[in-house]
Amino acid sequence: MSTDGKHTISMRVHDRPGVLSRIAQVFARRGFNIDSLVVSAGHQPGFSRMTISCEGDPAQLEQIVKQLEKLVDTVHATEHTSESTVEREMALVKVTATPENRSEILQIAECFRGKAVDITEESMVVEVTGNSEKIDAFERLLETFGIIERVRSGKVVIARGTGIT
Amino acid sequence: MATGADIIIEAFRREEVEYVFGLPGGAVMPIFDSILDSKIELILTRHEQGATHMADGYARATGKTGVVMVTSGPGATNTVTGLLTAHMDSAPIVVVSGQQITPMLGKDAFQEADIFGITIPVVKHSYLVKDVNDIPRVMKEAFFIASSGRPGPVLVDVPKDIASAECNTTFPEDLEEHLPGYNFPQMCDMESIYACADLIHASKRPLLYVGQGARISGAAEVVRELAEKLQAPVTTTLLGKGAFPETNDLSVGMLGMHGTAYANKTVVDCDLIMAIGARWDDRITGKLSEFCTDAKKIHLDIDPAEHGKIIQPDVSLVGDAKLILEELIQHVNELDTGAWLKRIAGWKKKFPLKYPKRGGLRAQHVLDALSDLTGGEAIVTTDVGQHQMWCAQFYKTGLDYQWITSGGAGTMGFGMPAAIGAQFGRPDHQVWAVVGDGGFQMTMPELATAATFKLPIKVLIINNAYLGMVRQWQEMFFDNRYSGVDLEGNPDFVKLAESFGCKGLRIRRSGDVRRILQQAIDYNDGPCIVDACVEKEGNVFPMIPAGAAVSGMIIEKPKIQLPKPEGST
Repeated sequence: MSTDGKHTISMRVHDRPGVLSRIAQVFARRGFNIDSLVVSAGHQPGFSRMTISCEGDPAQLEQIVKQLEKLVDTVHATEHTSESTVEREMALVKVTATPENRSEILQIAECFRGKAVDITEESMVVEVTGNSEKIDAFERLLETFGIIERVRSGKVVIARGTGIT
Repeated sequence: MATGADIIIEAFRREEVEYVFGLPGGAVMPIFDSILDSKIELILTRHEQGATHMADGYARATGKTGVVMVTSGPGATNTVTGLLTAHMDSAPIVVVSGQQITPMLGKDAFQEADIFGITIPVVKHSYLVKDVNDIPRVMKEAFFIASSGRPGPVLVDVPKDIASAECNTTFPEDLEEHLPGYNFPQMCDMESIYACADLIHASKRPLLYVGQGARISGAAEVVRELAEKLQAPVTTTLLGKGAFPETNDLSVGMLGMHGTAYANKTVVDCDLIMAIGARWDDRITGKLSEFCTDAKKIHLDIDPAEHGKIIQPDVSLVGDAKLILEELIQHVNELDTGAWLKRIAGWKKKFPLKYPKRGGLRAQHVLDALSDLTGGEAIVTTDVGQHQMWCAQFYKTGLDYQWITSGGAGTMGFGMPAAIGAQFGRPDHQVWAVVGDGGFQMTMPELATAATFKLPIKVLIINNAYLGMVRQWQEMFFDNRYSGVDLEGNPDFVKLAESFGCKGLRIRRSGDVRRILQQAIDYNDGPCIVDACVEKEGNVFPMIPAGAAVSGMIIEKPKIQLPKPEGST
């Protein structure tokens, strides 16, 4: 369990109407803030996969996971620590870019294994993938050029080895 | 070809539903039409809240699932209080609500309410049916979920076009593949049983703290065997009343905010407290940081989320109370609790439940007499407040289905409709609704429902013309500043009863209590109202002020002004 109040919970849920509302209410009622929420179809039809990054009192976390487990539509809910999982997030960052500083931005992107996915006279969109800290660092470097906007996918995690997420 | 509505009624028949409590409206008309072709009896109520409490009372008195049928919009929103009540007290009910037709959903159509969304926090599970072919599965799931594991309310919202459409599917044989996320523990692991037995054997001053879960699982008998084998005292929660006979020498009655002094003293001094189907409610623990700090704690509950929610137990037994206790009892030996029981007997003698014998009519006197005259065997339902606590203190229970009260939600207006439901469920049983004059008026129109069916329910109104519990707090904690508690303008309850075609009786003097209660007991031609005009400013004691430690219990009215409660309501 993370002690800094930031947690990652992954869930496998039945893809039924209202399931997202039920889950959101479990967090809201107990004062947890959801930082990111990624929902996608599960590899089995009729089920969804969710990865929820949230922030709140660690003492409450166990109760939140149990309340999530208690939902009829939840197949399972698990709290993860970074040691046992691979985590990834993707960001698209739109920066002010002129022909003069374009190559400098591309160089930085390369260091982060990012790539340009859109270039205009005044701007560039760079795509970067990695753990959340890496993306934070990338963003900080680009800030000097002027970030016009950026979109992050939110974190997804998967258990290492043969473990079940 | 059967319509969705027909399938809903067919589902009721398969679940052996005897009664449906409800009130129709436009969106639910197809289902109300289909029920005419069945043998299920429709009980028309005067308000949807009443219908939900009736279903709840029926469920708690019989162990079967109560069923409600209402229309969309306000019909559905009127069930919210009933859903909350059932949810907090783990009562199995299924509410089927009509809904606007599917093409109109989300368009603010007439009597449209997103009841699915509104009720998410107060149901165990819910459905908005958008395909008629889902109805057989949904209905089967709804009854299964409501009644299994830790029971609770399930809402099924059915748009009118779905109820009217033809259904081409059949009821599933098995629900397992449809509910992969729904499971509930039955038997816990043996290690926990052994660990529990070890803690019990190490205890000199054990206490069994028994709640509603014990009643639901049918564990009353094995609880008694365990208590007698261990020679351990037993306290019951408000909802657990009936799970252990209060006439048994090992009983210390109810614990908590208005529990007996000897129960609370037992809690303070025990070295082991074992919760059986109880959830360490704030009305029981008082100030949590000072609750049983030196005692070992065992928690038996079927709901994994209850374990560690309020306290961290030394041993968790996750599963069904009956199954687990039947196993546990084989691994425990009698304890030497002679000295402990002797101390408790001393407290019982020194701090009995009591009330002033002089002066005007006392509610406690009426309830004491009621307990005696009915042999402690009537089904008793209550609302919330002073009358509820006095009744819990003085009505001695021993049957695991006889005590029906709104505990968790504390719902005014619950008692009388719940009594109606209980009487339908147990037609041969004497049923008393013990209510306050305030709460009674919240669901009073259901007297018409009771009168229509000539139900011989007895309604005892503890009438002090106040919202008494709030008044008591204002007297004790708010410097006697009464705000919004005076029920001036109350009707004449005897005339009111007569206007509904019911019998109306009144008790004014202590000397009349037994005679008039007996008159009510002997009247069985329909509902009977007994208006007991009690002392206006009677208080409930003992009392643990909200947020105070159990050891801070007050046994009688203090001479000084108490500080306003903190840490809880």
